[in-house]
Amino acid sequence: MTSQVSSPAEQADGADDASESDRAVGDQRAPASGQEGAGEKEVRRLDRVIIRFAGDSGDGMQLTGDRFTSETASFGNDLSTLPNFPAEIRAPAGTLPGVSSFQLHFADHDILTPGDAPNVLVAMNPAALKANIGDVPRGAEIIVNTDEFTKRPMAKVGYLTSPLEDGSLDGYQVHPVPLTTLTIEALKEFGLSRKEAERSKNMFALGLLSWMYHRPTEGTEKFLRAKFAKKPQIAEANVAAFRAGWNFGETTEDFAVSYEVAPAGAAFPAGTYRNISGNLALSYGLIAAGHQADLPLYLGSYPITPASDILHELSRHKNFGVRTFQAEDEIAAIGAALGAAFGGSLAVTTTSGPGVALKSETIGLAVSLELPLLVVAIQRGGPSTGLPTKTEQADLLQAMYGRNGEAPVPVVAPRTPADCFDAALEAARIALTYRTPVFLLSDGYLANGSEPWRIPETDELPDLRVRFATGPNHELADGTEVFWPYKRDPRTLARPWAVPGTPGLEHRIGGIEKQDGTGNISYDPANHDFMVRTRQAKIDGIQVPDLTVDDPDGARTLVLGWGSTYGPITAAVRRLRKAGTPIAQAHLRHINPFPRNLGEVLGRYDKVVVPEMNLGQLATLLRAKYLVDAHSYNQVNGMPFKAEQLATALKEAIDV
Amino acid sequence: MSDANELLTLVPKAEAKQSMKDFKSDQEVRWCPGCGDYAVLAAVQGFMPELGLAKENIVFVSGIGCSSRFPYYMNTYGMHSIHGRAPAIATGLATSRRDLSVWVVTGDGDALSIGGNHLIHALRRNVNLKILLFNNRIYGLTKGQYSPTSELGKITKSTPMGSLDAPFNPVSLAIGAEASFVARTVDSDRKHLTEVLRQAADHPGTALVEIYQNCNIFNDGAFEVLKDKEKAEEAVIRLEHGQPIRFGVEGKKGVVRDPATGDLEVVAVTPENESRILVHDAHATSPTTAFALSRLADPDTLHHTPIGVLRSVERPVYDTLMADQLDAAVERQGKGDLAAMLAGGDTWTVVG
Repeated sequence: MTSQVSSPAEQADGADDASESDRAVGDQRAPASGQEGAGEKEVRRLDRVIIRFAGDSGDGMQLTGDRFTSETASFGNDLSTLPNFPAEIRAPAGTLPGVSSFQLHFADHDILTPGDAPNVLVAMNPAALKANIGDVPRGAEIIVNTDEFTKRPMAKVGYLTSPLEDGSLDGYQVHPVPLTTLTIEALKEFGLSRKEAERSKNMFALGLLSWMYHRPTEGTEKFLRAKFAKKPQIAEANVAAFRAGWNFGETTEDFAVSYEVAPAGAAFPAGTYRNISGNLALSYGLIAAGHQADLPLYLGSYPITPASDILHELSRHKNFGVRTFQAEDEIAAIGAALGAAFGGSLAVTTTSGPGVALKSETIGLAVSLELPLLVVAIQRGGPSTGLPTKTEQADLLQAMYGRNGEAPVPVVAPRTPADCFDAALEAARIALTYRTPVFLLSDGYLANGSEPWRIPETDELPDLRVRFATGPNHELADGTEVFWPYKRDPRTLARPWAVPGTPGLEHRIGGIEKQDGTGNISYDPANHDFMVRTRQAKIDGIQVPDLTVDDPDGARTLVLGWGSTYGPITAAVRRLRKAGTPIAQAHLRHINPFPRNLGEVLGRYDKVVVPEMNLGQLATLLRAKYLVDAHSYNQVNGMPFKAEQLATALKEAIDV
Repeated sequence: MSDANELLTLVPKAEAKQSMKDFKSDQEVRWCPGCGDYAVLAAVQGFMPELGLAKENIVFVSGIGCSSRFPYYMNTYGMHSIHGRAPAIATGLATSRRDLSVWVVTGDGDALSIGGNHLIHALRRNVNLKILLFNNRIYGLTKGQYSPTSELGKITKSTPMGSLDAPFNPVSLAIGAEASFVARTVDSDRKHLTEVLRQAADHPGTALVEIYQNCNIFNDGAFEVLKDKEKAEEAVIRLEHGQPIRFGVEGKKGVVRDPATGDLEVVAVTPENESRILVHDAHATSPTTAFALSRLADPDTLHHTPIGVLRSVERPVYDTLMADQLDAAVERQGKGDLAAMLAGGDTWTVVG
């Protein structure tokens, strides 16, 4: 949830001591199928739960996770998700590299991360168990598909004996469920082949978990009927498997307890909410920016993980006048966007690290042309192809400096999935106001993760309208009125945006150095020096909000982050404060330019700790600019920080 | 009414009669004295008034290279971009602004080496662009290295023992890349150049015009065989739609199809074979014959070089298709409603 750190709803996030009330309450929800009788089983109330679904890449774990998330969102819990899947579309079945998982943390209060350790693991096969058991603490519940725990699949991942029988799962609450057999049995009326029927086992598992946690089921049934609208038999089979899973939980002895996690009413300000992923929020932010600027949106893009979703999403909204152009390569994608910007569109290109590298020269051209352009970079593990489906923050310096010449580009970074919406609008504001390319630097964790989002009213959105140049802006000594394409607005240093089709303003722009004012080619040394400094001054002068610091206890150590580490850092800070350790927290949205007060804020603290999913790129910038002894805490393993680990690291930094 | 005229009607017309002077910018032209680029610039500036479009709706986009300085000298909107990328940038402009007449100026290195990918994809998409490819078979701006159209074995600064690269034939390449309009002309033949520009301007979709252009500093006389009056008679095959393909002194040579292979060959025209002389059909749906014509030219000697419009066929224009999809989306889904979109999906309400 994106609420402020200082919100009164502060609670330990993901803390081990999170209170669990054992008070049984009556069952308040019956499945859509109208089953009765669950009230006879014990129902416990929890304040939060972390569930991880894990299976083969082909088992539909992402879909299962998405559906459970939707059920949870519509129930009104706060939530945070972490999809985690291999880059291979279908890695060899039953192998460790082929394991795909989806973790969901939901609570009756404001939470910030997908959680460190699952309370429940659903393992669809031995590989899923083996790949995930290390993250699951003793005492947790494990639901395994026993049908897959036969000799071959177990041998494939190195289980010589069955972990279900050899005692290696002692200390866990293991629920052995023959998911495949039960699903096939439940669907025998449907006349499906064994293989077809088997595919619904994820819906059986979803049904079971939905029963365990009292999730509403109407949404999933509706979803399945819509998804398989053209194959009604498959739709009904999936609904039947889903209901069978629910009923299995309700009737079988093995599942004696179900759990309730109350809606997180207090954590949410009043409003209408939906669950949203970072890439979807970012796509909506771009469409909203076009709408608020009253400019047509133009996307030039080349498919790349984890940014392609934005291309897909924008392509669905042509009725907003959105043009999406799937180019022949990354370079053409940004080239087309820049061409559209010249023509007066709100132009966007979307990519990830390797694509940014290819676009660098064109970003430099956009710096020189001084045209608005959004470069959306969804960071993933690098270098080179790296870890396409995993998250990282290692492209910050590429965004800052990855161009020839002095080519400053503003950098804006969203902090949570829902915040991608606001960050897109902010990036558009800067691009349009200052006539510059802007980096919108998200990452794989934000892109695929999701959380509840309060849907804004359209009248809350910023006014981004721009004025195109319409006539001469300069008078020559002889009194002639002329148009100078590089005569700047004295306040913003932005040059006029004169779009083709405007009579009398015909002009030529290019990547060669230009004379101040006229924009004519100029190799004059003094002019070049002036233009380099002016372009830098324009970026340095961008108005951005001051950095706000959350420091209720007058701490001596500040933890400063940027981007998607917001959730884990805030969760870690809550833990420390709860344990009586004061710590101040601030989070940067604007990395270029930095907020005006950043130097002063850094100077207030004895110690500054900068956690990053890279080897210290923001810390390098801070050290260079403010001569501050920023301490880096780094993790570059393709996964977001865990709150517990981060809290420990921060405590150590404070105590040193 | 043809699609050609329909597309041109989207670009506003000039209100007053224009002259060549209207298209000259105030910038001093800085090509080497004697460069073939001057002739092309003059031909384009001279042709523009005939087109009669509002000059504020005309945009020239170029890449990098000597010829890519072209936009600075045109008193229209213009962008001198980066090496090889002009077709991509122009694609974004043309597809977002159908009221513009967008021209790309590029060279053999710009279009065929560093920017080869963008060229072929613009051609296959059939974006409404007019691409003028100045081919001087050399790198001029970097001072004389061989280019992708240089003849095999060419001695240059970077190939003192001769280049090892087999050259591209730009016309063959364009036809292979699904181009709907492909022509070739020569810088020094103003009349021919203008006629080709006329047809290109009228073509809906991407028009590729290869212009043989002399670099008098680094590759002087590269096209002399096509310009020298006597030699040209044997070397140049002037193509005119609907006319028999004959050339040479008094049209004594002609092009026929070899019935055994289907390929084209040059023959001395005799009363026996005269009826077999190929009649040029630029509008043939199949690109086969146009491609075969493009292959008649000898890459070393330039003998039997066809000039004129090799291929001109109508097929759907990318910009039009893109605009149609936007219209269709509005028809199907209604005009975009931001509030409704944001509130789509499963929602729930929290009461304060």
